[in-house]
Amino acid sequence: MSATAAPLPAFRIERSTRTSWIGLAVAAVAIVVLISLPWWGGEDDLRLIVEICYTIALAQLWNLLAGYAGLVSVGQQAFVGIGGYALFGLTIIAGVPPIPAVALAGAVAAILAVPTALIVFRLRGAYFAIGTWVVAEVFSEVTGLLPDLGAGTGMSLPVAVSRAVGETRFERETVLYYMGLVLGIGTVAAVFAWLRSRQGLALTAIRDSETAAGSIGVNNDRTKYAVYLLAALVTGMLGAVIYLEKLRISPDAAFDVIDWTADVIFIVVIGGIGSIEGPFIGALVFFGLRYFLADYGAWYMILLGAVAVVIMLLARRGLWGLLADRYDIHFFPVRRRVRLE
Amino acid sequence: MDWVNAVLQGALVGGLYALFAAGLSLMFGVMRLVNIAHGDLIVLAAYLGLVTVDTLGLGPFTSLVVVVPAMFVLGYILQRGLLNFTLGTDILPPLLVTFGLSIVIENALLEGFSADEQKLQAGSFETASIHLTDQLAIGWFPLVIFVTAVAVIVLLELLIYRTAVGRAFRATSDDADTARLYGVRNRHVYSLATALALAVISIAAIFLAVRVNFDPASGPARLLYAFEAVIIGGLGSLWGTLAGGVVLGVAQAIGAQLNPGWEQLAGHVAFLIVLIVRPRGLFPKLAD
Repeated sequence: MSATAAPLPAFRIERSTRTSWIGLAVAAVAIVVLISLPWWGGEDDLRLIVEICYTIALAQLWNLLAGYAGLVSVGQQAFVGIGGYALFGLTIIAGVPPIPAVALAGAVAAILAVPTALIVFRLRGAYFAIGTWVVAEVFSEVTGLLPDLGAGTGMSLPVAVSRAVGETRFERETVLYYMGLVLGIGTVAAVFAWLRSRQGLALTAIRDSETAAGSIGVNNDRTKYAVYLLAALVTGMLGAVIYLEKLRISPDAAFDVIDWTADVIFIVVIGGIGSIEGPFIGALVFFGLRYFLADYGAWYMILLGAVAVVIMLLARRGLWGLLADRYDIHFFPVRRRVRLE
Repeated sequence: MDWVNAVLQGALVGGLYALFAAGLSLMFGVMRLVNIAHGDLIVLAAYLGLVTVDTLGLGPFTSLVVVVPAMFVLGYILQRGLLNFTLGTDILPPLLVTFGLSIVIENALLEGFSADEQKLQAGSFETASIHLTDQLAIGWFPLVIFVTAVAVIVLLELLIYRTAVGRAFRATSDDADTARLYGVRNRHVYSLATALALAVISIAAIFLAVRVNFDPASGPARLLYAFEAVIIGGLGSLWGTLAGGVVLGVAQAIGAQLNPGWEQLAGHVAFLIVLIVRPRGLFPKLAD
């Protein structure tokens, strides 16, 4: 082997782009504005922002599952419901203070996700989707059989527990607002960090081709398990915060496929599956449509479903995919680019 | 004796689940398409039956003369005009398009018929039964459901294994690209498969509508039953699907006998046990 190999050209690996710096600046300003909101916004504003936060967080998690790991789950409502019920159980029966109970609720969801994964991972593709739905139904049915948690009719959170969140109404609203905000921003940051890590590289490889990813040494199964458990953990915490705010829980509402999964799927599909920016765009469309069509009842869901169908057929990577391709913009750069010098 | 009765009725009602499942199984077999809107299409057919009964004054079972052809045509158009465009190597489009379709159908029914529960009336036939012994009786209606399910499966098997259309179904199932090289018009074949699937679920829908109350949100539960019957039975085997339906019906009957609140749960648990013990189902034929 005496032949001289051509010297490697000088190169560097770029991760940020010009638009990503703009994105970072916009995000920083938005976070400052959101942190200051309790001082100048009304109660309705706070509640809307919290709802947007957890919707975007759920969308990011579903996108991580479906858009990257190829795990199209129609059963994420299982973990919202488990999180919500764990919060009620932990605070009422075990007497845990509400804020640590939120973290523990996430842990409960993650623990229950282990046997769930062992079962549903036996199914592939579309069968996995329906399998996760069945498991969510099982959790819903079982919850409906627990008399200590209100059985089928559900229960309300005792006043003492919500007092433990904050003495006055304003205090409670503010604490819940910051919890929602921290979870929302934290989820986006965690997904972003995950996708930039080695795990994320593996996940992106799986997104692009599962076979190719496996052949270059990615442990597909382990990566998928990790994503599934992470999604369950955070979804459980979100469920706990959602029901700490709602104050009333029932199996039908807590394990509702429309509220916790269908809306989220539409948001991701419309915004752009397989990107961090997509769920933001999708949430913008979702809350925008809801604002204008709130009075039209079922027509709102019909329109949302139809738009999602059209997008899936004509623009597989959603609205963000169209924009990103045309203008080469990336607010959340997760890619590595090689530049020759 | 209550137990024997319950199990017997459960097994017969399993025929209904097999009818729900046959269409799902057929579509998956021919083009590997899992239709998430399957349950909502069943409910749509039930409403079509309701409208037919109300406007034409037909009985619930004679309304099939209208409902079956209407759903057949709808199935063809649905596949030709929409679902064919989702097929390919990527699993997301078929899954998410049929999911969107499911929400659209459910909400369109909600807009058109309100959330009120509906039912088709079949008079004394619903409760008539054959007395085997003093304590043991078989309902005529569950028996008719089961016999119909067996008849539908026999006819589907004959169609699949004895006719030119069936040959095309099997060819596209084995290898769609090669089938095309031999002159099979895949898109037309897929559309026929969906048309046939919707014709079958029309029968199931009318039985459902006579048996229990239904409303626009009844779809997903039927999708889950159909799916469970297919997986319990094993992919690609219609007789397996019938067995899967029976297992599901018996499990629900036993659950309901133990505690009325356990009916649904018992069916789901039976499904999960089969998935753990025999992941490929009881009588697998196809690899997914």
